[in-house]
Amino acid sequence: MPPEGFAGQLLGFAEELREEGVAVGTSEILDAVQVLEHVSWTEQEDFKEGLAATLAKSPEDRRIFELVFDRFFFRATEAEAARQRITEETSGGDGATEINLDTLRAQIAAALRDGSEGAMRDLARLAIAAFGQGQGSGVLGVDVQRIRRALGLRAEPQPELPPDDPRRDGTPREQLRRFEAHLRRELERAMIERTAALPPKRPLSELDRALPSGPIQDLAAVHRVVAQLKRRLATEGHEARGRKRHAHVDVRRTMRASLETGGVPITLKYRPQRPRRPEIFVLCDVSTSVTSASTFFLSVLHALHDAFRKLRSFVFIERISEVTDVFERERDFQAASQAISRDAGVADISGYTDYGRVWEEFLALIEDELHPRATVIVLGDARTNGRPPRDDIFAAITARAGRTFWLNPEPRLYWNYGDSVIAAYEKHCVAFECWRTDQLEEFVKVLSRDRAGA
Amino acid sequence: MATADPASVEDIADGLAQVGYLPGESTALVSFLATKLGKPVLVEGPAGVGKTELAKALARLLDRTLVRLQCYEGLDEAKALYEWNYRKQLLRIQTESEAAGWQEVQDDIFGEEFLLARPLMTAIASPDPVVLLVDEIDKTDQEFEAMLLELLSDFQISIPELGRIEARTQPVVLLTSNNTRELTEALKRRCLYLWLDYPDLEHELQIVRLHTPELDAQVARKLVDVIHRVRELDLKKPPSIAESIDWARTLVLLGATDIDQTTFQQTMSVILKHRTDLDTVASRVGVMLDPAADAA
Repeated sequence: MPPEGFAGQLLGFAEELREEGVAVGTSEILDAVQVLEHVSWTEQEDFKEGLAATLAKSPEDRRIFELVFDRFFFRATEAEAARQRITEETSGGDGATEINLDTLRAQIAAALRDGSEGAMRDLARLAIAAFGQGQGSGVLGVDVQRIRRALGLRAEPQPELPPDDPRRDGTPREQLRRFEAHLRRELERAMIERTAALPPKRPLSELDRALPSGPIQDLAAVHRVVAQLKRRLATEGHEARGRKRHAHVDVRRTMRASLETGGVPITLKYRPQRPRRPEIFVLCDVSTSVTSASTFFLSVLHALHDAFRKLRSFVFIERISEVTDVFERERDFQAASQAISRDAGVADISGYTDYGRVWEEFLALIEDELHPRATVIVLGDARTNGRPPRDDIFAAITARAGRTFWLNPEPRLYWNYGDSVIAAYEKHCVAFECWRTDQLEEFVKVLSRDRAGA
Repeated sequence: MATADPASVEDIADGLAQVGYLPGESTALVSFLATKLGKPVLVEGPAGVGKTELAKALARLLDRTLVRLQCYEGLDEAKALYEWNYRKQLLRIQTESEAAGWQEVQDDIFGEEFLLARPLMTAIASPDPVVLLVDEIDKTDQEFEAMLLELLSDFQISIPELGRIEARTQPVVLLTSNNTRELTEALKRRCLYLWLDYPDLEHELQIVRLHTPELDAQVARKLVDVIHRVRELDLKKPPSIAESIDWARTLVLLGATDIDQTTFQQTMSVILKHRTDLDTVASRVGVMLDPAADAA
């Protein structure tokens, strides 16, 4: 049980942040307390910003902070209200029957378009009163979606509606998300009032944490990540150099530095250690199930091409085809993916991935080039469509190459279900799941750092 | 105009606006806390959202000197903290080598007289309080960060030959970073954190209006609108606030009364600095401006 009072609440809040993976140190909590001496806790915005400045120290942490802040203080107020048995006047009962459903629909759509926060909250209550009562399923997410459908709110344009209807051009996705959040909150409030008890706290899901637009889809965001990745990789090299400073003395620079001390070489200058650049062979599945992930991955690798000594990329479905020059020519992601689907000619008859045949062709193609300093990366979902996985040939490839990595764009949860045979391949290589940009970043780090086997 | 010590968040927000910097809500709050708590502030955000400008504005507002340390790869203590003035030391030894004993000379040549103060040292030793800006801290290596820790938590510098030099006054310290690499936990722990992002439409409009009051209100609104649309695209370098202001000034110089397709084509290079970006924007945003030009 945490201590009572203001400090206790603050500690409780910090504890929740820690549970969600934000590293909050004791010194940071002390800072937060110090901040609160200068910021009035009655000003919600200042209060929140003050806490954020001391507790959340990266953009990702800041996102989680917002979510936890909302959850924590919502629950705190509701718990207090439930304890003191304060209930709000419900607009249900006789009021609900008088609401004209069509006017309500139009009102809500208009409020969403204008994006006024207060109106949205009130209308969310009305909507629950009108559509939510009596038939609640008890599962918040289901109820939220049911009410949204009943209101006829969609992100896509709905040309069949009359021209003056604000829903005609589609509701902005962001507004829709906010309205759903209001609905969820009001439903939760109503439930707490009914049961006079707090439901168990819901930990943040991966979906909450991810950026609202979903990073893999949002190309601009992806490119920003890649640009950052590139610079990070550049600085990581330095770190490695720093540790291995025993290297060789750079006589030229030492002599030059000695001029400052009258020709006596007091400070030794060392020759920097250059990071060794690996040779990379990439194999990407481009069948429909993973095509976007593959093209994305290839364009990332090619954006980083100067970090590698040699980079050859292949795409495959049933057959294999080299696309290195496509990426050398095309810097643009979309143009590259078009060029691949046009020229590569990898689909044969069925259009389903045939891993066995792919390994065979790959081995025949570059058997002589594989050597212990080479790295092979395979990107695919390892779904063989019932064909033999031929992991014996795959084993032969991995035996010749220095390192082999497998990137699977499916969440680990789905591995080895259905026709996925990743387990057979995982015996011979290191497998990563790779469906978020941070996982990709993690992988590229491993790729460029771990040069032990190179 | 410059107040010695702002009393509230509103004070600092108004003050910053007066010296030509329109702070967002969190910016004003964190600046206020920085002056109150004496903790360094780590400012992160994309390039060109006014991180460095904030430090300059704070220096103007608090009427303090701005000491700036621009970080770069390979920056070391000798260039950031202090350096012994070898030449002067050598001279000293040579002139006195006959008469003085070893101990005397040794004590003597490691005195403050032979110390060359670099930015961090200057900031610490200054008799008047200063604003210290450590710009683009993410460009340096981790060793340098570690060296900063002592300075940031205790405002003191240890020089082996001299002892500790403690700050005579409390500097306001700002560190900026473009978030190109993860800074160490230890450094973050000692700082208040401020994330600056591109401002929303209304806020940026105010900023543009503040810097180019000559620009027509309608045109300014349209300009900010276009800038926001451009930022949504997948660009190598999205236009920063500084570039919106430059664009506004360009339009004033050209005497433009509306942003139509031709004006846009001619002046686009003010906000976009990559050839591929120019193509993308011309095909995506430029086209959308066409009907507006017809209507005007």
